[in-house]
Amino acid sequence: MKKSERVAGNVASYIDDRTGAAGWAKKNLTKVFPDHWSFMLGEIALYSFIILLLSGTFLTFWFDPSQQEVIYNGSYAPLSHVSMSASYASTLHISFDVRGGLLMRQIHHWAALIFMAAIVVHLLRVFFTGAFRKPREANWLIGIGLLTLGIVEGFLGYSLPDDLLSGTGIRIAEAIIQAFPVVGSYLSYFAFGGAFPGHVFIPRIYIVHVLLLPGIFLALITVHLMLVWYQKHTQYPGPGRTEKNVVGYPLMPVYMAKAGGFFFIVFGVTAFLGAVASINPIWLYGPYTPGQISAGSQPDWYMGWLDGLVRMAPPLETHAFGHTISWNILIPGLILPGILFTGMALYPFIESWISGDTREHHLLDRPRNVPNRTALGAMSLSFMIIALANGGNDVIATHFHLTINGIMWFTRIGLFVVPPIVFVITKRICLSLQRADREIVLHGRETGRLVMTPSGEFLEVHEELTPEKKWTLTQHEQPAALAAPTEDAHGTRPKATLKGKLRARMSEANAEQVPAPTSSGAHELESGHH
Amino acid sequence: MRIKQLRRHKFAGPVLVVAALLTIGSAFSIASALPSAQRSEVSAQSTLVDEGKQIFLKGCSSCHGLNAEGGAIAPSLIGVGAAAVDFQVGTGRMPMADMSQQAMRKKPLYDAAQTAALAAYVASLAPGPATVDPASLTWERDGNVAQGGELFRTNCAMCHNFAAQGGALTNGKYAPSLMGVETQHIYEAMITGPQSMPKFSDKTITPAEKLSIIKWIKSAEAEPAIGGASLGRVGPVTEGLLVWTLGLGLLIGVAVWLATKAR
Repeated sequence: MKKSERVAGNVASYIDDRTGAAGWAKKNLTKVFPDHWSFMLGEIALYSFIILLLSGTFLTFWFDPSQQEVIYNGSYAPLSHVSMSASYASTLHISFDVRGGLLMRQIHHWAALIFMAAIVVHLLRVFFTGAFRKPREANWLIGIGLLTLGIVEGFLGYSLPDDLLSGTGIRIAEAIIQAFPVVGSYLSYFAFGGAFPGHVFIPRIYIVHVLLLPGIFLALITVHLMLVWYQKHTQYPGPGRTEKNVVGYPLMPVYMAKAGGFFFIVFGVTAFLGAVASINPIWLYGPYTPGQISAGSQPDWYMGWLDGLVRMAPPLETHAFGHTISWNILIPGLILPGILFTGMALYPFIESWISGDTREHHLLDRPRNVPNRTALGAMSLSFMIIALANGGNDVIATHFHLTINGIMWFTRIGLFVVPPIVFVITKRICLSLQRADREIVLHGRETGRLVMTPSGEFLEVHEELTPEKKWTLTQHEQPAALAAPTEDAHGTRPKATLKGKLRARMSEANAEQVPAPTSSGAHELESGHH
Repeated sequence: MRIKQLRRHKFAGPVLVVAALLTIGSAFSIASALPSAQRSEVSAQSTLVDEGKQIFLKGCSSCHGLNAEGGAIAPSLIGVGAAAVDFQVGTGRMPMADMSQQAMRKKPLYDAAQTAALAAYVASLAPGPATVDPASLTWERDGNVAQGGELFRTNCAMCHNFAAQGGALTNGKYAPSLMGVETQHIYEAMITGPQSMPKFSDKTITPAEKLSIIKWIKSAEAEPAIGGASLGRVGPVTEGLLVWTLGLGLLIGVAVWLATKAR
C-alpha cells in the first residue's frame, strides 16, 4: 500500500468511525441518474445561482446601498462633480476604481440573465415532457416559486445602482403598486417610506436582494433537489425503461465528473460574456433624478413581457367613490400576470383532473404524444413572446424602420389572435408526427433503394425498424376520453353539470390521438409489406 | 476790414461756390471711397443670393414654392434663417429623397458653397438664425462635459436615448442618432428645432450650455467600449438577445456535447 493510500484510508476510517458516513455514501454515491442533455438545463440555473452568490458577495464589499447625496469625484470624467446617490457613486467606484470590479459586475448581471433563461428552458422541458405529473406536482410548484422570485430578485438587483434606467424601473414598479385599488397609494407610501423616490427604498430592497431572497432561494433549491433525489429522476421512454426503474449511470464517478465539469463550463461562458460584452453600462445612463428619462427605457428580458403588456394596454381609467382605478396598469401589471402564474402553478392539477389520471409517472412523454398539452404550451409561449416583443417595440421600431404604433397594434391584436392559431397548428403538427411515427413503424424506413422485380415492376425497399426503435415509438399510452357519467349508483341519469360537461369536453380534446400501431396491427401488415 | 472787402469782391461768389463744390465733392468721394471693400461684399452677397435663388428654383421650389412661401407638402422657408438651411441641406436631409415619415440624414446633395448660397438666399427673405461657424464653437475649451451630460439627460435623452443613439417617436418618426454629426449641425438643430424637435432658445439653454451639450455628445461618441462590445447602447433589449442566442446557445450546445460524451 502506498503512503498516500494509507493516509486516505486513515482519514476515511476516522470520519466513518465518528459519523458512519460510509454506508450513506456507498448508497448515495452510486445512485443512478438517466442521461440526456435536456436534464442539464436545470443544472445551468443551479450553477448560475452559485456564480451569482460568489460574484454578488464580491460586489457587496464595495457597494453602499444608500440614497445619501454625494458629489462624485472618481475616475469617470464625464460624471465628475455631479451630485448623485451613494449607491450610484459606489457602483461607479466598483466599475472604474476597483480592480476587476467591472468584470465582476458584468459577470453578476450576465449570470442573472442566464439564470432566468435557464429556468425558463428548464420549465419548458419539464412542461413539454410531462415531468410535472404525479408525484412531482410539489416540485413543479417550487419551480414556479423560484421563477417568480427570480423575476423579483433580478428586478431588485438592477434597481440597486440607482442609475437613470433603474430609477425608471422603480418608478414603474411604484405605478404598479399604486394601481392596487383603494390601498395602492397607502402601499406605495409604505414601500417608499413616503413620497417617491424617498431615501429608504434602496436600503430596503438591498437587504431583500442580498439576504432575504437568496436565503429563500437556497432553501427552495435545496428542497427542489432533495425531491429530485428522493423521487428519482424521470427518464425518456425506451427499451428496458419502466415506471419502476431508472436506467442510467451512477453519480460517482460519471455525474460527479460531468456535473463538476459543466459547472466550470457555465462559469466560463458567463465569465466570457462578462469579459467581452458590456451589460448595464450605468455610467452612460447617469444618476437617477425623477425629472429625467431616456428613450428606449426597457427592463431586463424576464420583465420585458410585463412591460410589453403595460405598453399595449389602452388608456382605461375609472373614477369611483373618490378613487381612481387605473385599468391600464391594473390589468397588464397585476391581473394578467396573476392569471398566468396561477394557471401555470395549477396546471398539473388541471391536467390530472381533465385526464382523470391519478397514477404516478416516471417515464416522460414525447411532446407529440400529448398534442393538447404541447399545443397549450406553444400557445402560452407565443403569448409571452408577443408581449415580450412589444416590450422592445421602440428598439424594434428604430432598428427595422417600423412605426411604433404599427408594432403596438400588431401585438395588441396578435396577443388575442396568434395564440389560438399556434394552438391549432401545434396540435396538427403533433398529430402529423404521430401519423409519421405510425407510418414508419408499420412500413419501415424508406431506404431510397429501388428494386426492379423480374416482372418489370419497380419497388422501393423499406427497411424495418429495430425492435428497440419500434418500442420507443409505440410504448406510449393513449387513454380514452373520460365519458360523462351516464348513470349513477341508483341507475338514474345525473344532471349534467357545467363542470361535468366542461371536463368531458376537455377530456375529449385531450384524448385526440392518431392510434399507435399495436403488435397485432403490425402483424397484419407483415404479410403484405412492401 | 480786409476780409470784409474780399467778401464784396466780385469773384467772391463764384470762388466760394467752386470751393464749396470741391469740398463737398472730395468729402463725398473720400466718404464713399472708405467702404469700397464693404460695397464689393454687398455686391458679392447679392451674387450669392442670386446663385442661391437659382439653386433653390431648380432643387427646392417644386415643394417649397417659387418664392419659398411653402405649399401643401412643404413648409414656408421665410424667416427660418440660414442656420436651418445649413442644417437641413448640410446633413443631406434636404432635398428629401422620398416623402417618408421624416427627412433622414444622408450624403449631402449640395457642396459647402452651394449650401452657403442656398442659406444666403433663404436668409435674404426674412431675418432668422444665422449659420453657425464651427470655428466659433469653442466647445473643447469652454464646454463642461459633466454639466453637458446633465443637460442632455434632462432635455435630449427622452428622445435621443441616454447615449445619443436615437429613439423611436410616434407613427414611424424618430429622433436620430447623434453619432458622427458635425458640431455646427448639432448647434443649429438646437436653435432651429428641425422636424419633431423643439427649438431650444438661448433663454432655455444658454450658448455656453449648448457648448457643454456638444462636448458631452462628442465625449460619448469618443468613449471607448468600456466593458466589452457595446451592443448598440440601446439598453437591455440587445443584452437579452445576446443571452438567448450566444449565452444559452453555447450552454445548451455544451450540454448536448456532454450528454453524447463517453459515459
